[in-house]
Amino acid sequence: MSTATQVNEEDHGHHHKETFVTKYIFSQDHKMISKQYLITGIFMGIIGIAMSLLFRLQLAWPEQPMGVMQVLLGKWAPDGIMDPNVYLALVTIHGTIMVFFVLTAGLSGTFSNLLIPLQIGARDMASGLLNMISYWMFFLSSVIMVCSLFVEAGPAAAGWTIYPPLSALPQAQPGSGLGMTLWLVSMAIFIASSLLGSLNYIVTVINLRTKGMTMTRLPLTIWAFFVTAIIGVVSFPVLLSAALLLIMDRSFGTSFFLSDIFIQGEVLHYQGGSPVLYEHLFWFLGHPEVYIVLLPALGITSEVIATNARKPIFGYRAMVASILAIAFLSTIVWGHHMFISGMNPFLGSVFTFTTLLIAIPSAVKAFNYITTLWKGNLQLNPAMLFSIGLVSTFISGGLTGIILGDSTLDINVHDTYFVVAHFHLVMGISALYGLFAGVYHWFPKMFGTMMNKNLGYVHFWVTAVCAYGVFLPMHFIGMAGLPRRYYTNTAFPYFDDLANINVVITVFALVAGAAQLVFLYNFIHSMFYGKPAEQNPWKSNTLEWTAPVEHMHGNWPGEIPHVHRWAYDYSKPGHEADFVPQNISLKEDEEELQH
Amino acid sequence: MTVLLTLTVLALIAIAIWQVTKIFELSQTPKVITQVADDDDNRLNGKLMFAFLIFIYALTLFSFWRWGDVLLPDASSEHGADYDNLMWISFAIIFFVQTITQALLHYFAYKFRGEKGKKAYFYADNDRLEAVWTIIPVIVLAGLILYGLYTWTSIMSVEEDEDSLVIELYAQQFNWKARYSGDDGVLGDANVRFLQDFDGKNQVGIDATDPNGFDDVVVQELHLPVGREVIFKMRSQDVLHSAYMPHFRAQMNCVPGMITEFAFVPVKTTSDMRQNPDVVAKVKKINKIRVENSKALVANGEEALEPYTFDYLLLCNKICGASHYNMQMKIIVETPEEFEKWIANQQTFAQVIQ
Repeated sequence: MSTATQVNEEDHGHHHKETFVTKYIFSQDHKMISKQYLITGIFMGIIGIAMSLLFRLQLAWPEQPMGVMQVLLGKWAPDGIMDPNVYLALVTIHGTIMVFFVLTAGLSGTFSNLLIPLQIGARDMASGLLNMISYWMFFLSSVIMVCSLFVEAGPAAAGWTIYPPLSALPQAQPGSGLGMTLWLVSMAIFIASSLLGSLNYIVTVINLRTKGMTMTRLPLTIWAFFVTAIIGVVSFPVLLSAALLLIMDRSFGTSFFLSDIFIQGEVLHYQGGSPVLYEHLFWFLGHPEVYIVLLPALGITSEVIATNARKPIFGYRAMVASILAIAFLSTIVWGHHMFISGMNPFLGSVFTFTTLLIAIPSAVKAFNYITTLWKGNLQLNPAMLFSIGLVSTFISGGLTGIILGDSTLDINVHDTYFVVAHFHLVMGISALYGLFAGVYHWFPKMFGTMMNKNLGYVHFWVTAVCAYGVFLPMHFIGMAGLPRRYYTNTAFPYFDDLANINVVITVFALVAGAAQLVFLYNFIHSMFYGKPAEQNPWKSNTLEWTAPVEHMHGNWPGEIPHVHRWAYDYSKPGHEADFVPQNISLKEDEEELQH
Repeated sequence: MTVLLTLTVLALIAIAIWQVTKIFELSQTPKVITQVADDDDNRLNGKLMFAFLIFIYALTLFSFWRWGDVLLPDASSEHGADYDNLMWISFAIIFFVQTITQALLHYFAYKFRGEKGKKAYFYADNDRLEAVWTIIPVIVLAGLILYGLYTWTSIMSVEEDEDSLVIELYAQQFNWKARYSGDDGVLGDANVRFLQDFDGKNQVGIDATDPNGFDDVVVQELHLPVGREVIFKMRSQDVLHSAYMPHFRAQMNCVPGMITEFAFVPVKTTSDMRQNPDVVAKVKKINKIRVENSKALVANGEEALEPYTFDYLLLCNKICGASHYNMQMKIIVETPEEFEKWIANQQTFAQVIQ
């Protein structure tokens, strides 16, 4: 910090004396907050993935005593056999953690924080204080969620969608007691955190762009983060309302979602509520949430593919238009999760129509990525491999959406493993690949050192093979009619021939899990012992690479660079180098592409 | 023991991966090592991209060859044929697009792998191309949407007529019951408030003041006459459940506090299905697996598994608690004569509460 010599009026922070606490813990610096998000996200990811491996073991070898269960689950796995309630709890918390804590906060929180100020040329976020509060609320909600795992009766176990009445009535399952209360409290805090973060991102992008950084010169990463934040602000409050109403039903005897219930030999007093109302409220967030998870990953991919292909991203305007189209459509398709919920079948046809429309902007994005690779000079760095991998799983997973989005076809595959395979490929794996691509690409920016590329290659190839190994066969057991969230299939002899497919899936899942240890080792080791990074290791055009390697408050010593061109002048004819950073002025006779 | 073995295998795999990486590193000719991809990395990973394309195709083909027989047999309901048709058309489109796009993606990644000194082709935009790949999906999807909506409307518009059979499906943690409307063809009113009447004999809460309810029949096994429209009225007494009858391409949630509906016409009796070649093959395969599994059980002094015969299934397909995985009911589709004979032998509500 002390090396900064020039002080100007927008430059906050230079005169603050920093202590360990203000620098590493209650930091208001967006770069530190981004690291905090990433590390918390990775920690939650380890828990989420470990849980999935546990229930995969159960699905492959049901009713077989396993020592690992006894060690990890203790009394919840008597004699080494997992309890059915615990199976449901693991599935529930795995979903919650991966969707919200890893792929929303860990992905969007990390990279929006790191890249928005650095790529638009701002000293920091619009409000550093709100940003800090946002992170610490996320941290608090993570702590509460983790604490809920240690509740006597177990954590929430009603599925990550926590449909009432199952989630509302402690009599219905053990997980709907204190575990569910903690889940709801944790999520309410999480939503508040996410809203503070999103508002900050929106305000920063609108107000703090450096001179020359028009909206049409924004890198696609920023477009993606910006639109994601807007979707979050529009839809997260609805989930908050659903959570609050559910808390009222649970604790204060209201009947928003409950009616005519007889359970454990007792008629309950609830009258007139409807669980379908909850489903509407939940999915009004739940579906946009898919895009809250996916759009940042696509934004990262756009940036990484263009940089490493040494080519402009193909169809910049079409890419922006498709982000906007996806964002708009994402708010009017929630009903496709409810075709057979008992809502009016006419609504089913409306939602089929809007849902299948989303395939159009998605197809445009996929084709544009493929065309960007065409005649490129592809630098196959680990980040690039993960980005190409993302396009592959985005296509494979997205295509089966044509089946699930069609109300007719949904009738028989709804809630089967076909759905599990579909959404894991299209949002789970794709978004994880986006996260990995982002970490490999911006690690030098975050930590000032390089990650080991060979470990990165091993990580990618093992993961890529296993991802298909897990989820491709899963389509088959779904098409065979096997419902999801079954503790074991042994209650139905009809499904006996699916047992060996489940073993194959579990083996691939275990190997994939092991491959993540390679990443973890690489991440931690490179943080401390990695090769020192150059300022612009990937020869990229965006502004973050014009800032010095060593982090400083205010990001740039002296003046913020001005922007003179879009972010994708790679291999532009008339230039010696194959990249022209955004802060380089146009040459005299040079034309800027009209965007 | 298995756990120990699994852990050992995992540890060995981890060591192997680490060693391979080391060898990979050592085998490279000494040069300035950077952590940015160089020509060797591009060459190797480019080729791996091509290999990966082959892997995706091979895995797809292998899965069909090895596991193609686990898929559901042809539909056993009237609308099921339309459903299957639409499914196969959608799948044909998906396979076509998947094959082409994955090929382009991975082939480009292989073909245009980077080399020092090469320069990429500056190609930023082409409106005509964008228009082409916007319009083609629009046309294909418009076709799918229209076909889908037509089928959906015909499946979901339930029209009750003289001949249709009205059955209530009643869900609770963790079993199913069915209520037939009896001679009058009308289901009596019901509510969970009446469940405790008559010392718990009123299993689905029929309102004893409604005369329509007296001839209703409540059973634990679902019998359906072949060739006649069945209209299901679904209820749940506690949490959400979903009545899933995969062989009939039928599913609907059961929601406490409301009555949901689904209707279909079964077209194949259970005994027809048991003679269907696909089903025969599947049952044979399953029984082979069961004999195999029984050996281990018998060795442990437990009873062997019973041989399996095919039956239609009603499963719960909405998470509903601990025994969700075992909430099922047998469905028997039989000739109208068999059905009449069976229903005549059941006790009516009036008989049960006497």
